[in-house]
Formats: sequence, structure tokens, C-alpha cells
Amino acid sequence: MSGLRFIENLVGFGRALRTVGIPVTPSQVGELTQALSWVELGDRAEVFRTARAILVKRREDLLLFETVFNTYWRHPDIPVPQARARPPAPRDPPRRSAFTVATYAAFKARAEMEERDVADRAGTYSDEERLQRKRFAEMTPEELDAARRMLARFRWEASVRVTRRYSSDPTGASVDLRRVLRHAGRLGAVPAYLPRRSRAEKQRPVVLLADVSGSMERYSKLVLHFFHSLVRSMTDVETFVFGTRLSRITPHLRLRNVDRALAQAGREVVDWAGGTRIGACVGEFNRTWSRRVLRRGAVVVVVSDGCDRGDPSVLAREMRYLKHRCHRLVWLNPHSGHEEYAPRVAGMAAALPFVDNFLPARDIQSLREFGEVLKRVRASGRGIGPRRLGETRPPGIRVPVGSGNA
Amino acid sequence: MFESIDATRAALEREGYFTDPGLATSLFLSLRMQKALFLEGEPGVGKTEVARVLSRVLDVPLIRLQCYEGLDINHAVYEWNYPRQLIAIQARAGGHEGDVADIFSEEYLLRRPLLQAIDRSHERAPVLLIDELDRADEEFESFLLELLGDFQITIPELGTFRADHPPVTVITSNRTREIHDALKRRCIYHWIDYPSPEQELKIVLGKVPEAPEALARQVVAFVQRLRREELYKLPGVAESLDWARALTHLSTEDLDEEVVDRTLGLLLKYQDDVDLVRGRRAAEVLAEIESR
Repeated sequence: MSGLRFIENLVGFGRALRTVGIPVTPSQVGELTQALSWVELGDRAEVFRTARAILVKRREDLLLFETVFNTYWRHPDIPVPQARARPPAPRDPPRRSAFTVATYAAFKARAEMEERDVADRAGTYSDEERLQRKRFAEMTPEELDAARRMLARFRWEASVRVTRRYSSDPTGASVDLRRVLRHAGRLGAVPAYLPRRSRAEKQRPVVLLADVSGSMERYSKLVLHFFHSLVRSMTDVETFVFGTRLSRITPHLRLRNVDRALAQAGREVVDWAGGTRIGACVGEFNRTWSRRVLRRGAVVVVVSDGCDRGDPSVLAREMRYLKHRCHRLVWLNPHSGHEEYAPRVAGMAAALPFVDNFLPARDIQSLREFGEVLKRVRASGRGIGPRRLGETRPPGIRVPVGSGNA
Repeated sequence: MFESIDATRAALEREGYFTDPGLATSLFLSLRMQKALFLEGEPGVGKTEVARVLSRVLDVPLIRLQCYEGLDINHAVYEWNYPRQLIAIQARAGGHEGDVADIFSEEYLLRRPLLQAIDRSHERAPVLLIDELDRADEEFESFLLELLGDFQITIPELGTFRADHPPVTVITSNRTREIHDALKRRCIYHWIDYPSPEQELKIVLGKVPEAPEALARQVVAFVQRLRREELYKLPGVAESLDWARALTHLSTEDLDEEVVDRTLGLLLKYQDDVDLVRGRRAAEVLAEIESR
């Protein structure tokens, strides 16, 4: 094989990898060319390992790389299967055409139409006030739309935690020696100026898990709107939805346009309105994701009615595991919050002992209250006893004895 | 440095590190190309050990930086010796500006691991181990980007330090969070998987020579089988070694249900996992490996 032809093949190989979503830069291909001069080219396995070492930077890509390698180096000329194993991260598409006077007029017209829309539907102040307390379950489709628009305007905040980093702070507890000495060195005098510092604060990570199974069907679109507004207003949020299987939808919800974000997320979910296996799904989260997303004092929020077709003891076991690995475990239930509610469904009863804050999510007002809880979750709740804040567990709930040790 | 991939692997084996050709290839390339080796894998598969063995093989010092949340320049690179600086200022109290300008000289500098690693006094490149990078904050990663690029560090008061011999760098991550691609691109990436049964047997026999071979075989078969169970935390090679050692201390010749139940805590680190395996499940697994 001549040198030039060989390099052409390597470049083609890099291109083949890029088409399936493995990011390979031209400089990596250059490095590979160099590295292949150090190994035995006749040894296919050795060439494979060399290429893998230089081109693959993520564990998820390892298997895909092997497939492409085998296909490409057997028949470099046939195109690699176009199936994208990992599509590129979704993003808001750029505006296609140039911005002209005509498009400006169109934009303006559209904006005006929207204004009329709002006047028509969301209506007056008293309408919004009424919607605050109206249960989602009883809302008409128009009212749900209005509720979603109200959600989009929410600004959420997670409570903060003290990090180990310092930042300068005039009222801080400790003296910033480095700055003291820099001043003293400059002035050539006894340190007189004492700048202070304190530990920096940071918002806690928030992890959201929503049930989108059959029994939650009528809420699921609203829940996604709710998640979208959370993702858009905080920095460190992870979102998952589950029915019979768990899917991570964080990257999709990062899109600014809520409809597009929801459409993208919807494609990710395989089992809309299917059965529910909360225990198994929380277990899947615990095993595959918890170590990666539950760090630095995360707050976990589960949105579900607790109707679980799986074994309650499995759910209890997974909830206990989850509780011990997050700072605070909040459960939002769209059915709870009125007098006669009791967690009759076995799943809810099994999960309840491990929940720190059991909150209703039946109307806009209750979501606002949840926002307050999220903001106020303060330092180390564990051990002091759960349910200090946002205590809304209705009277008369009896937690089955012993379900915690299943 | 090594002549070939096989030579790399053989050198590691002489120091008791049994590996697959994949890791040997990555290591060989990282040394040749003078790039950092980025090792990812589950806890207890021997990521840190690679750096230790490497420092023994190359016969150079190992400089280790353990990462943790809040790790900053003061703990990773350098810090000024404030107490000494204060004393120096006080001893010359009332002096002029020129008298105390020297408190920012090398005499008052505390060298932390990264600065040590690029120090000029090394005759040969040391091994620099940046352990569990995923524990550090993202801010620290961007600093590393700069360091790995050209192995130089600038201290505002003193000027730029540059390594004569860029250190052989090994970075490990337990993958509790994703490390940024920009950093990984500057490294040779390698995912260390759990070893194959043959390889793990070699490791156990090599590291725990006092264990009888029959027992070591049983230990490896049992642990390998456990890795297929639905557990929160699978046992790593470190756990196999601990277990083999513990069983030897208990003078166990042959695994049975009772001794497994008593020592399961060495293998499984979560009570939920222990509860799941202890008793019937353990007996089933034992029967299964016996029958093979």
C-alpha cells in the first residue's frame, strides 16, 4: 500500500467515525498516522488497539468504534451504515433566511397576534388568580394552556450549599493571608490592611424524575413544561422520565423553545402512557445514574402518583437507597393535597417512609409552594429528622409499619 | 522508554501488574507521544496502580495529587509560606519598601504536587499521578488544560516555571461525573474494564502468593459470577485481593456457604447488596461455580 493511499484511507476512516457521531479531529488522524509507524501493521489487533487509544475519548463510543473499524477496514469503499448511534446534541436551529424588512414586518405581525392571543385566553388578572387554585385534573384544555404559560414565567431557585472554595467577602470569618501579605509587601510595612474571605456558596444540583405512565398521562405534558422551566432557570438540573423504562431527557429540555424541547424529549421516551414500574425504574436510576448525578448535596424530586404495578418491596428498597444518597428527597403527587387523600396505592405507601417532603402538585399554587421548599432546603437535613419544611402531609396518613425494612 | 507494546506489557508484568494488550498499547503510545494517560473505570480495577507500577518500572519518583472537592491552586500548585513571610516582615519592621520585597521569593514558596512535577531539579521525568479527577471541580479541569498543554506554570510574583522533562502523567477518574472532552482530547484515553477470569487469577496469585491455588480459583470464579448480578456496586479487583487475603488469614482451604456469609462484607460494600447475596443466592453461586 503506497503511503499516500494509506493516508487517504486513514482520513476516510476518520470521516466514517464522524458520520456515526464519534468526534475525531484531523490532528488525531495525524497522530494516528505517526503512531502506526511504531507498531506492527500486519497485526490487525494491534492496529485496532492503537487506533482506539488515539481516536476514542469516551467509553460510550468504544463499541461503536469497533463496529466501524471492522466494517471500514474490510471494505473501505462501502459507506458505513448511516445509523446514528448518538445523534448530535439538539440545538435551536438558526434563523434560515436573512433578516429583511419583509421578515421584520412578518415578525411584528406575529408578535401582535400573540398579544391578542394572550388577551383572549389567559385573560384578566382575576382569571389567573382563579387558575392558581384550580386543580389540574379539573382544568379544561384552554385552562391547561394558560397554566403552562404561567409555568413558563416561573423563575426557580435551588437552595445553596457552602462549597470548599473561598471567595473574597468583607464580612467573611477568615483573613485572606495571601492578600494581606501582598499589600504588606508592597507597602513595606507591618500588615495593617486585613482583607477577609469566606466560603463561596453554590446552588445545589437538582435531579428530577417524572412518571409518564398511563395513570399520569393527563399530567405528563404539564410535567414536561414544569421541568422545562426548571431546567431553563437553574444551572445544574438533570431530568429523567419513566414508565416501564427510564430515559434521560436533560439535553433535550435545554432547548429554549419549549415546544421544540418537548417534541425532542418526546422522541426519547419509548413508552408514553404505558405501564408503571416505579421500583424497577428508580433501581435503574440508582444503578446507572445515581453515582454520576447525585453529588454535592443534590435534591431529588420525584413526580408520580405512586401507582406501581411492580413489587412494593422493590420500590421500598430502591427508595431507601436513593434517600441515603441525596441531600433531600421530595415527592410531588398530583392527587394528594386534599382532605380525603390517603396513600392507598401500595407503591405510594411503600415509598412514603423514605420521602423527606411529600408535597401536592395539584394546582399552580402548590407548585409555587414546592418552589419555596426548593429554595429553603437548608444545610444537613438528614439526622435532624425529615419533613421540617413544607410539611403538608395530610392528617390521617398512616404509614404501614415495617414497610421500610422490606 | 519501551521499545514496543510487548516490551511495555512485559515490563509491567515483571512488576506484578497483569494487563491486557489494550492498556499496554495506550501506555506505550502515551509515553511515545508524551501525552497524559487518562484512565477511566469502575472503582478497584487498578487505575492508580498503573502509576505506581510505572514509577517503579521507570525508576523515577511518583508525585501524587489526590483530587477532592474545592481543590484549588493553593493546594495543587503552590502557596506562599505566610507565617514565615509575616515573621520576616516583623523582623524588619519599619524598613523601606525594598527591604521586604524579597518575601515573594522562592525561599518562601511552598511547592505543591504540580509544581514539584515540573521542577527543574529532576534529572529524569517523574511520574505525576492526578488521582480521581472527577472529584475536583470543573474549574480545576480548565487549569489542568493549561498545564497539560505546555507543562509550564506562571506564578505572578516570580515568573514562569517550565519543565525540562515533562512528567509522565497519569490521570484517573471513577466517572462520577463526565470530564470535559477538551481535557480528554489532550490525553490518551483508556477505559479499564474488569479483568478476564484468567487475568484476574494471575493477579490474585501474583499479589496474594500465600493463597492456595485452588482457593484463588474459587475466589476468582465467585467474584466473576457476582459481577453479573444486579448489584449497586460490583466488586473490583481490589475486593478480590482483599477477600483472598482474608480467606487465607482464616486458613480457608475451600469456599463454603458459611465462610462466604461471614466474609461477604469484604466483597460487597453496600448492605443492600450483602442482604441480596447472603444465604441462598450465595449458595446458588457456589454450587454453580463448583459444577464447572
